[in-house]
Order: sequence, then C-alpha cells, then structure tokens
Amino acid sequence: MTDTSGGLPERPLSPHLQVWRWHITMTCSILHRACIMALYVGVLLLAGWALALASGPEAYATYTGLLGSFLGKLVLFGLTVAVLFNIAYAVRQTVWDAGKGFTPKVADMSGACAIAFAVVGAIVVWVIAAQTGAL
Amino acid sequence: MAHSTSGRFRTPMSRARGLGASHHGVGHFITDRVSSVALIPLTLWGLFAGLRLASLGFDGASEWVAIPHNTVLLCLLLVVALIHLKGAVQVVIEDYFPNFMTKTVLVLANLFVCVLGGALGVVSILKVAFTGVF
Repeated sequence: MTDTSGGLPERPLSPHLQVWRWHITMTCSILHRACIMALYVGVLLLAGWALALASGPEAYATYTGLLGSFLGKLVLFGLTVAVLFNIAYAVRQTVWDAGKGFTPKVADMSGACAIAFAVVGAIVVWVIAAQTGAL
Repeated sequence: MAHSTSGRFRTPMSRARGLGASHHGVGHFITDRVSSVALIPLTLWGLFAGLRLASLGFDGASEWVAIPHNTVLLCLLLVVALIHLKGAVQVVIEDYFPNFMTKTVLVLANLFVCVLGGALGVVSILKVAFTGVF
C-alpha cells in the first residue's frame, strides 16, 4: 500500500466488525461480499460444465453426476440463493446510484426485501425444478 | 518508496505528484455498474437455462446449446459474469491483503483464472454449437 502518512504520527484505524452493532444494511453488505465469492466458484463451475459437455458423454455424465449428488445439490441451492440475492442487490445499488433510497428506513427495508427475495426465490426455483423433473 | 539522495532537493509538490489516484477509478466503477445491470436479465435467463438443462441428458444439452440464441446468451452470461466478478474479487483482495507482493500475486492470479475460465468456457460452448452431437 502507498504510505500516505507523510511522516505524521500513526492515526487510528477505522472501527472494524467487532465494534459494530449488527444491523440489516451491514448484514446485506457482508452477505453481498460472501455471495460474490460463492458466485466466483459458481461461474467457474459453469465453465467446467461447458468443458465437460465439449469433452463428450462420459465426461458430461461424470460432471452432472457430481452436480446431482447431495453435496452438489447443496452447492447449487446455495448458488441459487447467491444469484437471486445479487440480482436484488444490483437493483438496490442502481437505485442508490440514482441518489435514492438512502434513508435508514428505506435502506433497511430494501435490504430485508433483498434477503427475502433471495430465500423465497430460491425455494420457488427448486420447487419448479422438482416439478419439471430437473432434480 | 525510493529515498534517494536527490530526495532532499525535491519540493513537497514534486514528491506528491504521481502518488495520487491513477484516474482509472471511474472506468472501474462504470464497468462494475454496467456489468451488474447487464447481469440482471442474464442471470435470470441463466436460472431458467439451468432448470431446462438439468432435465436434459448429454444429447439434449448439446442440442440445446447449439440453438443460436442459447449459444450467444450462454457465452454472454459467462463473459459478463467473469468481467463483473474479476473486478469484485479484485476489490476484496485489495481490501484484505495490504502486503504488496501478496496483493499483486493474488490480483494477477484472479485475472488469469478469469481469463482462462472464460476462454475454456466460450471455446467449449462454441465447439458444441458448431460441431454438434456426434
């Protein structure tokens, strides 16, 4: 990091996680970052899926077998939540970019909506998956 | 920072020059915001595609990928997601790794992983789309 102290005495750091009272906007921010890391794995899984498909039926069967296992399904469900949360978060951030939605009440509400949308949406997607024989 | 003997003769202004913002911040911000907006419809389509593909076997999936609009949207989803995530993960790395060497290695690794993942994915999708099921 660039030394910005300019020879001045060391300054206090900004307060970190442990000194903050948990609230919903902070939870959303942390959750968003966690989702980003999860989706990083998810998009590489997508690239891997394409590679398996291009490699032939055996490779594809092995790969989809892994994704279809209990652990694979757990990961995919988590990724569904992460995708939906990020969609809601992108809408929320676009509204913020327009300079709106910053009052504590609205920010709390939009955060709660984003989490609810992700959880309910993921359950709906998986119910549809079960009904269309995708599971 | 270099502390050469000539440093004694430099004015505070000349020392400060070049140490500020690199003026690339706006570009990063716009890339982040635009890719995020583009990903709203793309990821929604991706969920739909995932539901569809999960019920198809190898042959069905190959045929599905070969339909032109699916080929294009799949490639776009992969590339736009990787552009967005490359920037997002770089911010995370820069936040948590103050050590210059560690940070540089991780930022480069992130770039290489994203480019490699994107290239492998896009070429694979196009191969299936162009050569079809054997």
